Amino acid sequence: MLRERVVNRHPLRHNRIMISREIHLPDQAATEELARRLGDLSRPGDAILLSGDLGAGKSTLARALLRHLANDPNLEVPSPTFSLVQSYATRRGTAHHFDLWRLGDSAELAELGWDEAMRDLILVEWPEKMGPERLRELTDAGALAIFLTSPGDDTRTAHLTGWPDRLESMP
Amino acid sequence: MPNVTNIANPAATGLGPVMGIESSCDETAVAVLDAGGRVMAENVLSQLDDHAKFGGVVPEIAARAHLAALPDLVRLTLSQAGIGVQDLRAVAASTGPGLIGGVIVGACFGKGFAIAAGKEFVAVNHLEAHALTARLPGLMAGPVEFPYLALLISGGHCQCVAVEAVGRYRKLGGTIDDSVGEAFDKVGKLLGLGWPGGPAIEKIAREGNAAAFALPRPLRGRAGCDFSWSGLKTAVAQLVAKYPAGALPRPLVADIAASFQQAVVEVMEDRVDHALAMYPRAKLLVVGGGVAANLAIRDGLERVVAQHGARFVAPPVRLCTDNAVMVAWAALERLAIGVYDGLEAAPRPRWPLEELRF
Repeated sequence: MLRERVVNRHPLRHNRIMISREIHLPDQAATEELARRLGDLSRPGDAILLSGDLGAGKSTLARALLRHLANDPNLEVPSPTFSLVQSYATRRGTAHHFDLWRLGDSAELAELGWDEAMRDLILVEWPEKMGPERLRELTDAGALAIFLTSPGDDTRTAHLTGWPDRLESMP
Repeated sequence: MPNVTNIANPAATGLGPVMGIESSCDETAVAVLDAGGRVMAENVLSQLDDHAKFGGVVPEIAARAHLAALPDLVRLTLSQAGIGVQDLRAVAASTGPGLIGGVIVGACFGKGFAIAAGKEFVAVNHLEAHALTARLPGLMAGPVEFPYLALLISGGHCQCVAVEAVGRYRKLGGTIDDSVGEAFDKVGKLLGLGWPGGPAIEKIAREGNAAAFALPRPLRGRAGCDFSWSGLKTAVAQLVAKYPAGALPRPLVADIAASFQQAVVEVMEDRVDHALAMYPRAKLLVVGGGVAANLAIRDGLERVVAQHGARFVAPPVRLCTDNAVMVAWAALERLAIGVYDGLEAAPRPRWPLEELRF
């Protein structure tokens, strides 16, 4: 029942998504720990899509993942909401942190260097703003989709879709 | 590739007006200042009555919209200034930090214009332009001398900067997550107030009770002058989630907006209080950026600055938000010290103040 409700609200529901894993996150530290584990499983060329309401923890997860991959717990990871994309040198090569919240039209992606960035590791907040077709291309190509939900307190649930082989190895 | 900086430039030494171009974010703007810094003409595309004829759209993210607007906006501004291309001493453009597409358009347009006209090109750092705006002649009753403290608060930035001289800046603290303008925009969205959220929140907050909700004051009392706004935004999201989905009643929106704004003001006061203590040589606080238009924040800052026996400078709103007057003025300051980046400067989405030459 709960699972059904989540699927109905999932931003990728039109892509016939199947949630493959649900992880309960009791606090922010748990979100950061999940980010580090996903960072370890990531590879250059991967796309990690982060969906969820304002305040759901998308940036927190992205920040922890980037700091982990950059081997720098104090790395400055400002919100990319304004600049739309920020790039970082990591041990997976260059990683690009996108926030498409302000994107007006998916055609604007080209101006952000999207096509070049796709060769590297990309983290994308508000991926649904790129439109269902481009989103489906990404999920078909093996993107990991993370949908964060919160009951309105500090706990979160991460609903993961994709990376079936890799997530299996995750405790 | 030839070294374009060595192109002989007969006009470089002459005094004359400087044209500034700003397109690093959502605004396309052009201004012309005379050699003494007096504004001869200024235009911000989104504020023109009839911007439809300038390419049809107000640029948002689309760099091509900046590009479509710039030629006509330059023509209009030069004609309002009553000068021709040949009268200019130099052309300046925001060359970063900002949205890469817009920065490339402004910088390349400015460079191309300068080369074609045989004029000097000055690559201006957008943050430096905000930080130096207070020194624009005629803005303040008296001269604004170095050193001073600059608080840059906008959609993209949130930092306290020690301004020692033209080109010499030290970041005392900045945001560790969201910018303050982003917090306003996102809370505005949560409250159904549209985008941008800043002016809408300020307006409806006047009807509300600022003590209605106890929201967090992130980092208040903590050492240093860093900022963190993400948790405050999340707290508002959690508060809004407690009410039934759909439009919130207006009095409730007003109370949440007022409580949120009050939290921002108190954090700002605390952080600037710390920044002034960290930089006691500063006898002046200058604010810049779109959030500096918020009157509740201005009032709060004025109180703190007075406690330190310092002076508070808040430029008029049109010079706090993104504009080209500040770009041309920063170029004049740079030309005066003879140290600036020219045609060789590449557009930079990220360009910290500390990396500037002096």
